[in-house]
Amino acid sequence: MALDIDAPAATVPLRPTTETPLARGILIAVALAFLAFFLFLPLVIVFVEAFRRGAGVFLAALAEPETLAAIRLTLLVAAISVPCNLVFGVAAAWAIAKFEFKGKAFLTTLIDLPFSVSPVIAGLVYVLLFGAGSALGPWLKSHGIEILFAVPGIVLATIFVTFPFVARELIPLMQEQGTGDEEAAIALGASGWQTFWYVTLPNIKWGLLYGVLLCNARAMGEFGAVSVVSGHVRGLTNTMPLQVEILYNEYNFVAAFAVASLLALLALVTLVLKTILEMRYGHAIAGAAAPH
Amino acid sequence: MSLVLAAPRWRWRRPSVLPGFGLTLGFALVYLSLIVLIPLAGVVWRSASLGWPQFWAIATDERTVQALKISFGASLVAASVNVVFGVIVAWVLVRYRFPGRRIVDAAVDLPFALPTAVAGIALTAIYAPNGWIGAPLVALGFKVAFTPVGIVIALVFIGLPFVVRTVQPVMEEIDREVEEVAATLGARRWQTISRVLLPGLAPSILTGFALAFARAVGEYGSVIFIAGNIPYVSEIAPLLIVIRLEEYDYPAATAIAAVMLAISFVMLLVINLVQAWSRRRFGYGA
Amino acid sequence: MANRNTFLFTAALATMVQFGGIGMALADTTILNVSYDPTRELYRAFNAAFAEKWKADTGETVTIRTSHGGSGAQARAVIDGLEADVVSLALEADIDAIAQRTGKIPPDWRGRLANNSAPYSSTIVFLVRKGNPKGIKDWGDLVKDGVEVITPNPKTSGGARWNFLAAWAYAREAFGGDEAKVQAFVTELFRHVPVLDTGARGSTTTFVQRGLGDVLLAWENEAFLSLEELGPDAFEIVVPSISIKAEPPVALVDGNVDAKGTRKVAEAYLDYLYSDVGQRLAAKHFYRPSKPEAADPEDLKRFPEVKLVTIDDFGGWKEVQPRFFGDGGIFDQVYKPRR
Repeated sequence: MALDIDAPAATVPLRPTTETPLARGILIAVALAFLAFFLFLPLVIVFVEAFRRGAGVFLAALAEPETLAAIRLTLLVAAISVPCNLVFGVAAAWAIAKFEFKGKAFLTTLIDLPFSVSPVIAGLVYVLLFGAGSALGPWLKSHGIEILFAVPGIVLATIFVTFPFVARELIPLMQEQGTGDEEAAIALGASGWQTFWYVTLPNIKWGLLYGVLLCNARAMGEFGAVSVVSGHVRGLTNTMPLQVEILYNEYNFVAAFAVASLLALLALVTLVLKTILEMRYGHAIAGAAAPH
Repeated sequence: MSLVLAAPRWRWRRPSVLPGFGLTLGFALVYLSLIVLIPLAGVVWRSASLGWPQFWAIATDERTVQALKISFGASLVAASVNVVFGVIVAWVLVRYRFPGRRIVDAAVDLPFALPTAVAGIALTAIYAPNGWIGAPLVALGFKVAFTPVGIVIALVFIGLPFVVRTVQPVMEEIDREVEEVAATLGARRWQTISRVLLPGLAPSILTGFALAFARAVGEYGSVIFIAGNIPYVSEIAPLLIVIRLEEYDYPAATAIAAVMLAISFVMLLVINLVQAWSRRRFGYGA
Repeated sequence: MANRNTFLFTAALATMVQFGGIGMALADTTILNVSYDPTRELYRAFNAAFAEKWKADTGETVTIRTSHGGSGAQARAVIDGLEADVVSLALEADIDAIAQRTGKIPPDWRGRLANNSAPYSSTIVFLVRKGNPKGIKDWGDLVKDGVEVITPNPKTSGGARWNFLAAWAYAREAFGGDEAKVQAFVTELFRHVPVLDTGARGSTTTFVQRGLGDVLLAWENEAFLSLEELGPDAFEIVVPSISIKAEPPVALVDGNVDAKGTRKVAEAYLDYLYSDVGQRLAAKHFYRPSKPEAADPEDLKRFPEVKLVTIDDFGGWKEVQPRFFGDGGIFDQVYKPRR
């Protein structure tokens, strides 16, 4: 910044749209230092703790039946909730991005709302709705339908928490792409489905996948909301994050961090997948609008 | 019928040749109602059963107000920190090429994926007085974990990706010609950035700020590990909700929840309106 | 994309098959014991012993599931419909709440089992760092300058309520019942608390792992367990001059066992807690057995002599809960800013 040049532009060797090497170096250093303190250290500590007593103990901790049950439950919950939010996200993005209508900002806000609802409340709302003391509770019980403290409740809480992820990812992307391609397809006689399937979907597929990956990561990692509706029955309604808490509370720190490291690993795999996608199809993901 | 392109006269929906509006909007609304609106309405209804005077008494109780202040205050600080550093991170990731850039880029999403409890435990382990960073800080006279600063640290962690991920795509779209024009007209680099680039980025920065803020206000799992949880000092509003639940005081719990919901909703709505306005005006935004 | 979906589908299928498997096991008998945090180790051992005994007696296989968490949160889960066959919580008040709000437990549940439905008891002791560098011997030492005390939040932790009452009992004795001075002492004590964790185990972790504080107020069983698990050479237990007899009660949830048809096995399960085997296991896991004669004398030797007050000295939980820990109660006043 101090090196900025006042002299006539003709003598300036720098490109006018970049910073001096010094400024660039400082910015990179600041960004990396910030991320190191806030992102990498927590990640490192998870793995350091997990392997504190060696790989054997690490693997043994993961092979515990209750831990395996937690892993299976987490996979099941994600396998149900992510597709639900995927379908919703696509539908909502289509309506919001491809059409102009009144109340759009309001609707977008409602979709964002779950981001801002405390996970504690997210769990609580389902307890108020389906709990034994609610209006629905006795009816559900007399019909033998279990929602709270069973898989459906955990799925609902997870869907709530991960609700906006796919839609949030798709809406700006589809807004940016406009409606030209679809209008052309319709004009050429394609049906609505065909237009969506052959024109829109190829345009948004990477953004869609990205949204799904994030949604999935968050779904598997959710703790607060699930904790309220799970009932914590060992080996039955504990998801991986709950299992982490339980192990931690049993002073079994290695096992707790082993399960946590699995979740972190999952996050990393997600991120690696995303990175590979970006490297191979970078221009497609960035969208046609990116000028460089 | 005449072709009026410039001034579309439509009541609530601009006519379009594209199909599926009714289907997709209908589905989105039904799903939204079932998963989000009806359950949340339950909270509002439950707290409404209190009656206004009682609701008001809980909402303005000194302890509640203090907890809300701490939650919103810490979130404000955390979101501001995230705006400053998030924009720098996004800028570095978009504009510069350096070894490990892709790894760094990927790692930004980590807070989405790491369970909040694990994040809380890990951050506490690092910033506690005997932790890797906590120990040197204590030697210098700073206490981080178990103080309000600890709350901010946890909230910065969970909010970071929201800022980076909303600002980043918009930054990628910036037309470099604008910068070149500014430079040719004699603007220094920092003038170009502060007068030309940042105003264009403002709407997306604002969105990132709002999302990070909104997420931080409700956060519970990671905060309780690193905050001291001392009433009036480091007790956050979600913890107060949990405390009310422990007392089987559902109305009070839902009343606090309703207050938080209302504040967050109004904030998000304002932000989205600003966004929609800026999109019409500037033509881009996240 | 296709691969991913296939993977998820397979995962889902595998999980369903697995749950199907559990469903088959349920066909025998399953009972659910909803308990609080520090009983994990005890019930792991006890459940195995009971399942074996039930098999030997009746030939039936019984699966005992357990759920652990904060005592209040666990009670709330049962109130909201978690189908517990038996509850074993930290406080009588929590079981009372279930009885009042659901009617699934009769109001006179305390009288149904021996010893006020408390098969084992515990008390509150101090855990200090090795060598006791701050020289902490009794409650009065906790408010000395420079002493930091770790205890969980009485609002969210059952154990912390016992801590609070034990401190109160000491002060009541020390100040000859002068209520204002007692409250001032307890208020001063909480000024020495830098962190209020939400649960007993969280406090132990803060004290042991984070190295915070000079003394941890803990359940006796938790103190012994953390010595065993986390380092006998790093900490030691200090027994104060006076403490409180903490009786974590157990109860049958009639409404649930009758609906599920598990009354017989659930009753046998609770009775077994009072048997010689149950009592021996309790003592082994650092709970003071209600029938000491049944326990291993070696285990009993570990429990120090201490003068104990009981909850009845405070007028019982029905009195204590609202007065001390209710909204606006004595604990809330401790933290009320003095402005």
